[in-house]
Amino acid sequence: MADIDITRVAKRFGSYQALHTLDLHVEDQEFLVLLGASGCGKTTLLRIIAGLETATSGEVHIGARRVDPLPPRERGIAMVFQNYAVFPHMTVFENIAFGLRMQKIGQSEVERRVKRTAGLMHIEQLLARYSGQLSGGQRQRVAVARALAVEPSVLLMDEPLSNLDALLRLEMRAELKGVLQESKTTTIYVTHDQVEAMSLADRIAVMHEGRIVQAAPATEVYGRPATRFGGSFIGTPPMNFLPAGREKGSAVVAGLRMPAPASNAEGLQFGIRPEDLQPGAEGLNGSVRVVEPLGPHQLVTLDVGGHLFRAVLDNELSVSPGQNMTLAPRPDRVRWFDSSSGMAVN
Amino acid sequence: MTAAGAADPVVAAPAGTDARRAGKTLLWTCVVVLCLWVLGPIYLLLVNALTSPEAVTGWPKRFVPSFDLSSLSFFWNYQGVARALVNSILVAALTMILSLGIGAPAGYALARFRFRGKNVFRLLVLMTRAFPLPLLALPLAVFYIRVGLDDSVLGLALVHTTLALPFAILITFSLFMGIPVELEEAAWTLGCTRLQAFRKIVLPLAIPGIAASGVFAFVTSWNEVFAASVLTIQNQTLTAFLLTSLDVSPLPLKFAGALVLVVPALIFLFVVRKYLFSLWGIANR
Repeated sequence: MADIDITRVAKRFGSYQALHTLDLHVEDQEFLVLLGASGCGKTTLLRIIAGLETATSGEVHIGARRVDPLPPRERGIAMVFQNYAVFPHMTVFENIAFGLRMQKIGQSEVERRVKRTAGLMHIEQLLARYSGQLSGGQRQRVAVARALAVEPSVLLMDEPLSNLDALLRLEMRAELKGVLQESKTTTIYVTHDQVEAMSLADRIAVMHEGRIVQAAPATEVYGRPATRFGGSFIGTPPMNFLPAGREKGSAVVAGLRMPAPASNAEGLQFGIRPEDLQPGAEGLNGSVRVVEPLGPHQLVTLDVGGHLFRAVLDNELSVSPGQNMTLAPRPDRVRWFDSSSGMAVN
Repeated sequence: MTAAGAADPVVAAPAGTDARRAGKTLLWTCVVVLCLWVLGPIYLLLVNALTSPEAVTGWPKRFVPSFDLSSLSFFWNYQGVARALVNSILVAALTMILSLGIGAPAGYALARFRFRGKNVFRLLVLMTRAFPLPLLALPLAVFYIRVGLDDSVLGLALVHTTLALPFAILITFSLFMGIPVELEEAAWTLGCTRLQAFRKIVLPLAIPGIAASGVFAFVTSWNEVFAASVLTIQNQTLTAFLLTSLDVSPLPLKFAGALVLVVPALIFLFVVRKYLFSLWGIANR
């Protein structure tokens, strides 16, 4: 049980700046997800917290202790790896007991704690087996149980579900959420899967090119992305973007006049989520290209002023390719971005 | 014949089957030829070493051993053999220890750390095998006499270590590469120091391969004859001893000596074949 404070941490590999100077605070018992495309630095940041990588500069505090000069074993952390890293020459029991044995805990206590965590992950019947006799999902359960058994103050997870098949991933995701809520451990979870991030996180830190561009609860990261990247990376289909012009204090997007944001940015970009559009008398005009029925909704792709534009519309609405359509954006959901920096301005 | 041929489904089969058949025949021919090439001399050696001296020099030749141990027992009691054998074992054991002691850490470093000149180092390791030993033998002998290492077990073991070291490094390198670094990292996060993680996780997984690499070093030293002949006089190893003494001995003794040399090496290599194959990239399942 501890909070994590990352202060002015940067990492450079030779001439490559993997992490630009960044700050991040994780509350005690919080579940924080580091979300980003591959190569954005999220795993590097996790490994710096774990002590498997040394930061070029900056400090890491876990609880009241400064841990960045300490080796991994003295940081009070446990880590779950993408490829599970279950020790192949030990039984499941010995794997889970490994961290406890290193702490020189007595045999009866070791047995009690291994049984308890194995029960938590539903692998009691596998305790005598070796890693080679387990499926991917079972190995992942062992890896999580091994991490939880040491009762770490911080649990670090590096894309733990990405090697599992889709169905198993869904099942494990729900189970992990339950188990981790129960254990009340501060958790940092790295993933590139936005759905995983949204479903698990108390808070999502979106990373892009070595920077944290936004750290906020899932609904806010989704609804009010802080950067254009955030809008395009999160959400399927992603946010729509259109260039905007200025005219006498208001913004004009594809012929539609809207109140301009209070910003002195040179160029503006207009952003709207596909589901925040309604057919209306006044709005963005475009011609329908493709209509994809998706069960509860239909995904309509339009051409608005030469730009690709998507809208998720009600199923009852009859739309056919070639027809012209006017879509009104919900005013409270509109995002404006500075077109040169990509930062949100409203 | 023609009628039987027409009835034969194989003849009617498409040309692909024929080609595959021919390929298979060729493959098996090669296998048989290679086996004969390797096993034939060894078999003749075995037969002759286990046959009475009279039968070896007599006519007609026998191709079944009579299990007469007189050649072997004479060889065993031959002046200097026991001592040469002890020397051989001592030199080989020392070579094994030295090449593992130096090679395994080098292999681990190559597998786990990034450092300047790593690729050059790997190349240099192999380059040591590019210098022919005869070229080095004379200067080496002179140097050994000067520092007092000539005609000693340690001196010869040092030379054999330089011969065995490239392989020890490369075998252990590929061995440690095959052990995911995440296993070590997981051990660190669970409370291990770097050394503890190596001892508890890496070593148990690597030990069969390390043993294989050691045996390979042992055999390298055991079979080496040139440096042994040049650098030792009194403390000759078995190979050097056989080269100098058996040249002038009767035929049955040569067979016995050759057998004693070949068998240990064969057994060792057979035991560690799996690791050597994997080093050379041949799957062995």
